[in-house]
Amino acid sequence: MVEDKKSLLWRKLLAHGFMIGFIVVIMFPFLMVLSISFREGNFSTGSLFPEHPTLEHWQLALGIPYERANGVIVEPPFPVMLWLWNSIKIGLIASAGILLLSTTSAYAFARMKFRGRGAMLDTLLIIQMFPAALTVIAIYAIFDALGQVVPFLAIDNHPALILTYLSAITLHIWTIKGYFESIDPAIDKAAQIDGATPWQAFRYIFLPISLPILAIIFVLAFIFLVNEYPVASVLLRQTDKMTLAVGARQYLYEQKYLWGDFAAAAILSGLPITVLFLASQKFLISGLSDGGVKG
Amino acid sequence: MSDAAPILSTLNWRGIAGRALTALVGLGFLYLVWGLYLLGEPLFAVIAFAVGALGVSFFWSAKFYKLRFVYPGIAAVFLFILLPVFYTSAIGFTNFGARNLLSLERVQAYHLSLTETDAGSKRPFGLVIEGEAFRIYLPESGDKPALLTDAIAGTATTAEPHSGEAPETLPVKTAIQNRAMLSELTITTPDGDLTMAGLRDFAASRPAFTLGDNGALTATDGTVMVPDHDVGLYVNEAGETVAPGWRVGVGFDNFTKVLTAEGIRDPIFKVFIWTVVFAFSSMVLTFSFGLGLAVILEWRHMAFKNFYRVMLILPYAVPSFISILVFRGLFNQNFGEINLILSTLFGLSPDWFTSPVLAKVMLLIVNTWLGYPYMMLLAAGFLQAVPRDLYKAAALEGSGGLRNFFSITLPQILPPFVPLLIANFAFNFNNVVLILLLTRGGPDMPGTLVTVGSTDLLGSFTFRLAFQNSGQDFGMAGAISTLIFIVTGLIAYLNFKAMQNYANKKGSGHNG
Repeated sequence: MVEDKKSLLWRKLLAHGFMIGFIVVIMFPFLMVLSISFREGNFSTGSLFPEHPTLEHWQLALGIPYERANGVIVEPPFPVMLWLWNSIKIGLIASAGILLLSTTSAYAFARMKFRGRGAMLDTLLIIQMFPAALTVIAIYAIFDALGQVVPFLAIDNHPALILTYLSAITLHIWTIKGYFESIDPAIDKAAQIDGATPWQAFRYIFLPISLPILAIIFVLAFIFLVNEYPVASVLLRQTDKMTLAVGARQYLYEQKYLWGDFAAAAILSGLPITVLFLASQKFLISGLSDGGVKG
Repeated sequence: MSDAAPILSTLNWRGIAGRALTALVGLGFLYLVWGLYLLGEPLFAVIAFAVGALGVSFFWSAKFYKLRFVYPGIAAVFLFILLPVFYTSAIGFTNFGARNLLSLERVQAYHLSLTETDAGSKRPFGLVIEGEAFRIYLPESGDKPALLTDAIAGTATTAEPHSGEAPETLPVKTAIQNRAMLSELTITTPDGDLTMAGLRDFAASRPAFTLGDNGALTATDGTVMVPDHDVGLYVNEAGETVAPGWRVGVGFDNFTKVLTAEGIRDPIFKVFIWTVVFAFSSMVLTFSFGLGLAVILEWRHMAFKNFYRVMLILPYAVPSFISILVFRGLFNQNFGEINLILSTLFGLSPDWFTSPVLAKVMLLIVNTWLGYPYMMLLAAGFLQAVPRDLYKAAALEGSGGLRNFFSITLPQILPPFVPLLIANFAFNFNNVVLILLLTRGGPDMPGTLVTVGSTDLLGSFTFRLAFQNSGQDFGMAGAISTLIFIVTGLIAYLNFKAMQNYANKKGSGHNG
């Protein structure tokens, strides 16, 4: 192949120019938010580098009251750290539950023959597209009734939300099933001959082999749940019960517009999830191409 | 989860523990079923019973060993996805809403709990202080003797007949100061219980209604309210309906309203069109940007690939609810940074949130920003699978970059992409979160019966209809939800077929 050196150089410059230009546009919101989080007050506009940088918004986001130069003490408007903790707690517990339910189901679908197996699998694939946002009336009604019998599962209680989230297993079953099917059947034959029950084969052979894919599923489930808004917004009404996704919205009401406070809180709370995603992105990509769409 | 039936030891402690746990779970379910039944939720009680009974039998009998692995997951999917879908559709056939919220029993219980003062039993009172505690003196009135209560502690006290000289009572001012305490107080007298009926009197109260035949309620003045089971409300003798109401079935009324009623049908049709346009444009835009960037990154002369890739993935890595809210602030018309820059550079200040067209443009910009990295990641994967030989052959023929893209790259990667594109369409069709967090549907369309925003998707419109507008209309929301479920189901089935198609072509039994 013969390439014209001069034209190649131009094309390289063009490609890099486009990339850098595109990235600058993409990064613009991040840089602005960073800048806004150091500006004074909640309405001020100004250059990218604030003239009078202040830690007010950051201190408030961390839940520490801030004393301005004129002696006015500003109380934190919202319990951001509590929201973050709620999100992480609910996300971790529900993801663990999702992992447990989807691995056991996937194992049965991959290795066992029982009636209705194919129909169940196909149904799961179709079901996963139904929007949870539209079934919230029913979910509310269910937990309204359950909560009057078992207060533990009442509206505004985290177990109710966690229980609902356990249903987010449909796609994961398919992904894990695909992985289990790639494991050599000779291995479970051998285990069977040694007297292992299917449960033991699952627990002591399949689970250890599949750790990488299970880690992917865990992170994917966690990120999805932390982002989930509609169901959480209906089941959690009290400010101190809210998850971050529900609470963060409260910053930007027309009547009460806390732009600066929001910026600091957004960075502080978004950072852990972003870092988690970037750290695991290499592994996540394979999980994504199996058909998942992030919410 | 219990282990398998005993194999090695005759005394299998784990098996026994498993059985015990299963029995415990079964008892828990029975408690739940009973509670739900008492609550007046027979449907939920039956479902709880079925779910519990199946679960207990699967974990009790070794015959169902295999089903133990799938049952908990399937039960969760049934309870929190399928059941809500059917329940929501069922609500679409009722008048469930803010005005018709309760069951008939609870509406009756509400009316029967209303009380009114029995004027004949009214008698004045005075507060008496004794040490730190108050007592209440009820002077002789009519044929009733004077009474004096015990020292008041808590919300109930007993009054005994008082003979002799009347004790010294405190001025009314004291009663006003202690109003909160007095209004909670019930005095037990020989003639029955009395409660406060004003600052100077205590009186017996009686129920405002008594229950008659066929659920009719008779008021103390003799007028009758009868339940109207067609509208789910009590109607009084003047023909007026009395809130609160209960849920009744209304057949296809909600559906007819959605599809034919003036002031509802047209806006919903507009919303539907915009939903399709939005989902399709989002799909095309994110796919084009994602694929374009992936192709540039794949170019063999490209340097710093990894750096670029990480930077380009960033919008996907940040939690979407945060980025959407960030855009809500940046696009703000008055002090948002985007208009600040536009007005400095070009003297423009577009009204992103009040102009319907600009609000839609803004949504597409934000959604493209949010969605292209996912497409880029997928495209990068599929590009790897395009055979290199094709490009070599093309180069020999003297084919250029653009022609390579359209005659080799695109035809090669499109087939595996189709199911993912359909899934993406379905996702954006129901992308409620973006709308709720960015525009909340606004700006509102003028002249509609129900609040409809011009950027509302079908899903967000329905969500707001049920939860955010003043008159919460669950019935109507249920009807529209049902229509959305049907459309989503069709898309999902299409996607499923496309996946099967591709899998068959590839000759493997696995999807994607």
